[in-house]
Order: sequence, then structure tokens, then C-alpha cells
Amino acid sequence: MDLNLSLQLSIPELILGISAVLILVFGAFRGDKGMTSVSALCGVALIAAAFAAAFSAFGKGYNGSLVVDGVAVFAKVAIYIAGLFIIVLGQGYFDRLNNRRFEFPILILLATLGMSVMVSAGDLIALYVGLELQSLALYVLAAFRRDDARSSEAGLKYFVLGALSSGLLLYGASLIYGFSGSMNFVEIARYTVANPGVGLIFGLVFLISGLAFKVSAAPFHMWTPDVYEGAPTPVVAFAAGAPKFAAMVLLARVLQTGFEGSEHSWQQVILALSVLSFLVGGLGGLMQKDFKRLLAYSSIANMGYALLAIAAGQSGVAALLLFFVMYMIDTLGLFSAQMALKRNGEPVSRIDQLAGLAKLNMPLTIAITVLALSVLGMPPLSGFWSKYFVFGAAIQGGLWGFAAAGLVASVIAAFYYLRILKLMWFDAPPSDLDAAPAEAKWISYASAAFAFPGVAIFLWLAYDVAQRAAIGFGS
Amino acid sequence: MSLMAIAFYLMAACTCVSGLLVVTARNPVHSVLFLILSFFSAAGLFVLLGAEFLAMLLIVVYVGAVAVLFLFVVMMLDVDFNKLRKGFATYLPLGGALAIVILLELIFVNIAVANKGAAAGNLPHYSAAKSNIRMIGEQLYTTYAYLFEMAGFVLLVAMIGAIVLTLRHRTYVKRQDIHAQVTRRRKDAVAVVPAKSGEGIQE
Repeated sequence: MDLNLSLQLSIPELILGISAVLILVFGAFRGDKGMTSVSALCGVALIAAAFAAAFSAFGKGYNGSLVVDGVAVFAKVAIYIAGLFIIVLGQGYFDRLNNRRFEFPILILLATLGMSVMVSAGDLIALYVGLELQSLALYVLAAFRRDDARSSEAGLKYFVLGALSSGLLLYGASLIYGFSGSMNFVEIARYTVANPGVGLIFGLVFLISGLAFKVSAAPFHMWTPDVYEGAPTPVVAFAAGAPKFAAMVLLARVLQTGFEGSEHSWQQVILALSVLSFLVGGLGGLMQKDFKRLLAYSSIANMGYALLAIAAGQSGVAALLLFFVMYMIDTLGLFSAQMALKRNGEPVSRIDQLAGLAKLNMPLTIAITVLALSVLGMPPLSGFWSKYFVFGAAIQGGLWGFAAAGLVASVIAAFYYLRILKLMWFDAPPSDLDAAPAEAKWISYASAAFAFPGVAIFLWLAYDVAQRAAIGFGS
Repeated sequence: MSLMAIAFYLMAACTCVSGLLVVTARNPVHSVLFLILSFFSAAGLFVLLGAEFLAMLLIVVYVGAVAVLFLFVVMMLDVDFNKLRKGFATYLPLGGALAIVILLELIFVNIAVANKGAAAGNLPHYSAAKSNIRMIGEQLYTTYAYLFEMAGFVLLVAMIGAIVLTLRHRTYVKRQDIHAQVTRRRKDAVAVVPAKSGEGIQE
């Protein structure tokens, strides 16, 4: 192992890790009064890490535990920027609750460190350690409002089910190690191609189940609505996007590197998860009355589309990257719009409370409308393009039937977004809203502006980048 | 039967039986003590494999820290274990069936790994020339340095989490602030006020 090269490849992780420790010491001295400066420092660290990642060399470090390739770099930059927005949202949120705690931005920083280990994991231990670092930080963040019963409940549920899923994942990983004799994905692939067997598939199914829990794909989705409803909104906005992106990239890497050449043994499993997810997400969302629970079901459905991209194999990787960036921005916008809506100091949480929003707050209504139309996949908006790429990849991979099922599911899901639009534009408002907080308002406007027309610039810039990043993935 | 085999079966049986007793014992304190016994026998199995460092680690960490912590929790929390066990008989058929399925699964898969896995037939090799600790240390701090550091971050997050979720600063408790006491000057505390006779002093 060349330590110098390994250290160079892990510069983004080094920046995040070292700055997290230093900022923690700084925060411990300043106390909770220093949350603003701690947030600012964490933001600077994330920006620095994003730059370091964007300009980093490609290669493998630490005996193959760390893989830096185009996909890893693309995902890292997206995840770090998402973390930055969440720190801004969280700062305002806890300021207004008068509940400043300097650990919040540091935990976000450590969670992004975990995700960054995940997206460039080259062996089973790095997979597990990264996943655990990310989830442990998120369990704490979900329970962050410890005096709020809902938030504690969310944290506990997330923790118990997450621990169960980690158990499944570890069992699968130990079986794969037991059969193949190696932790490294490349070695595992070499063994699997030479000696296919039921035992390895057994391990693989457990591993996929564990990861499916983390991305909340049906039938492992049951924790999602409760956690989304109870956890603080900035945390949910984070948990709905970046960790799932990291886990999906990880899943794609395990399957396409570790089980390269045995696609037939995992493709059906992923397709089953995918179809179940968009059906459960589409149908489950119809009955929801709470805005955040609705978004939880929407996220389950969207994980189905992402899994479809993974099932499509090599051609789906670029689609996966583009899909997740656009999806993360849409969810960020919707959750910050929800944060911006308050009535008599209480957050607007039920969908029927959105009634008549057009008469109260026109800009936010337009933002929510654009974002909702985007998530349901209306043509010129970003959500349409994300689905377009995924279905395109699926058709290219010969998965016609599944792409058609996905289209049907997205038509079902369209209904509940249309219900929100009808309430906002055509119903009578019950009473006035509080003034919307600036940062939540602007992040949701910015996301809406990204959904259209920003997406055109994004695709013009990022389409080639994503295509190039995906070349050579999985070998 | 060699002495090794006798020792193995003895300790393996001890591990299994005490594991069973952990879940069936009526008194929770006895459960924890059986847990400690099963850890001890598992440590004995490690010694048989020649991994004496792992054996000691198991005793120090699991018996010394984890099990004792369980013991404290069991004794300090007022949990009515008989109440918790109320539905035992009703759920026994389903739970038992699931347990048997998982047990069979584990047995089959473990046999398959032992017979067909990459390491099938290879006994662990250890040499007297290098001690266990040295071999583990060499691997841990070179080959797995990156993962070792990341595991450290996982523990850091656990520590931050425990503090964030449980530590409360009590504002109603009066604490001694030595800096404020030492830097307090006479003029901050004492004032000379001219007082007229027959009238009080106003602030």
C-alpha cells in the first residue's frame, strides 16, 4: 500500500474528519451560544471538502477499501452541498425554537463523512463502517428535540429498526466473506464468477435487505413515515436525500463490482424491491393526511425508480446520479417550504391546513406548485427528466414491463400532489399565516427555480459529467 | 478423543446451555450471570483456536464492561419481568416456529460455509514466533488503518449522541464561578452611601 497515494485520495474525508474533531473542541469551549459560528465553520469545511473531492485524482487507496472514481466524486460533491443547505436550514430552525445546540452541524458533518466513506467503499468493512457512521449520526439527529415526544419516538424507531437492518446486513456480509474468502468487492466478483452457488446468493439477499432498509425501499419501508413525521424538519430534509443517495451508490457498487458477471442472481431481487416500492409509495400516499408522511411515501416511490436504474445495470448508473441530484433538490425545496409555513407559531403539518395558500402567500404557493409538479413528473420540470433518464435506462436494459409499471405508479402518485394543488389554489384559507422565515423561504424558491428553468442549465452542464463518471463503473 | 476435542465439546455445550438459560431464567439477575458464563465459555473456545488475545479481550470487554453494565441496568431499573413475559405462551407457537426456521437456516448455511467456503479445510495457522497481539496490531494499524480510524469516528458519534440526548444543563442550580469570585473588586460590591439620620437608605 502506498500511504502517500492513499492519503491524497482521501483528502475530502481527511478534511471532514479532522475539521469535525477541531470544530467539536471549539464548540465545547464556546458552548451552545457558539452554534452560529460552529455552523459557519462546518459549512466552510463542507465547501473545502467539496472542492477537494471535485479536483481529486482517481484510484484505489488503503488496500482497496477506498475507491475514488467518477461516480464517487459526483456523489460526494452532491452530498457535501446537500449537507451545507441542511446546516443553513437547521441553524434557522433551532434559532427560532430557541434551542441552539452546537452539536447539530457537527453531527451533520460526521454524517456526510459516513456517506463519503459509503460512496467510495471498496470492501465490505468500509461498507459497514460508513453505513454505521452515517446512520448513527442520523439516529441522534432524528431524536434531536429530546423534549418533544414525537422526535424521541422517531429517533427510537429509527434506531431499533436501523439496528435490525444492520444485523441483517452483517449476517449477509459474513456469509459472503465466508464463501468467497475476501472482503474486497473485486475479489468477491472473481470468486463469484468462478464458483456460483446458492450460499452466496443467500448472503447477497441479506446484504440487499439490509441496504433496502436504509434506503426505505418496500417491503422495508415501515419506519419511514413515522420517522419523517416526528423528526425535526431539517433532519428529515437531510435524511430523505443524501443518505439515500449514498446508500444507492453503495448498492450499485456492491452489485456491479462485487457481483459483476452474476447479474442474473440479483437483478430479480432489485426489480421486485423496485416494483413493490413504487406501488407501496403510490398507493400508500393516497391515504395520508400529514404533509411529511405524504413526502415519506413519495420518497418510497422514488426509491423504486432509483432501484429500477440500478437493475438496468451499467447503463443505469448515469441515470441514477442525475436522478438523485434532481430528487434531492426537489425534496429539499418541499421540506423547506413546509418549514416556511407556520400558523400561530405552530408548523403547518396537515395537508388540509394548506387550504387557500394562494390567497395568503403567493410566492410560496408557486414554489410548492412547481416542486409538486416536478416530483410528479410534469414535462419541462426536473422531476420529469429524472424519471425520463431512469425509464430510458430501464428500456435500454430490456426492462420494458417494469418501466411501464413505473409509469402507471407515477400516474397514481400524481393524484395526491394534484390534491395539494387543488387545496392551495381553489379552497378558502382558514386564517392568516405567520411570516415565513427567510432562509427556508429562499431555499424553497431556489429549489423551485432549479426545477424550472434551472434544470436546463444543470442538464447542459451535468449530463456529460454524469455520463463520463459512469464510464468504467463496476469494473 | 483427544483432550482438545473433549475441551471443545465441553465448552461448546456450556455456551449453548447457558445461552438458553439466559432467555429462560426467571430471575433477570440470573440471566445476566448466565450471559457471563456463556461469554467465558466462548473465550475458552477462542483459547482452543490459539487466539488468546481475543479470548482475554472478550472477557475484559464483554464480561468486565458490557455484562456488568447489564447487571446494573437490571438491578436499577424497575422492570417487571413477569409482566414482560405475559404473552409468552400465546406467541410461543409462532415465535418457536420462526426460531426453528432461523436455527435450521444458520446450521445449514454454516455447514455450507465450512464445507464449500473459500476457507474450507484450511485450519487457522498461528505461530509461536509472533504473538497474537503483535499480529493483530500489525494488521490493524497498517492494512486496516483507514477502517480503524473510521471506526473511531463511529465511536465519537456515539459519544456525542449520548451527550446530546441526555446531558441537561440545569439553570436553577447555583454553581460556584471561581473566575467571577476572584475578579470581583471592592467597588463592584461595596458602596459608601451618606445616610441621614431617621431615614432609610434607598438603592
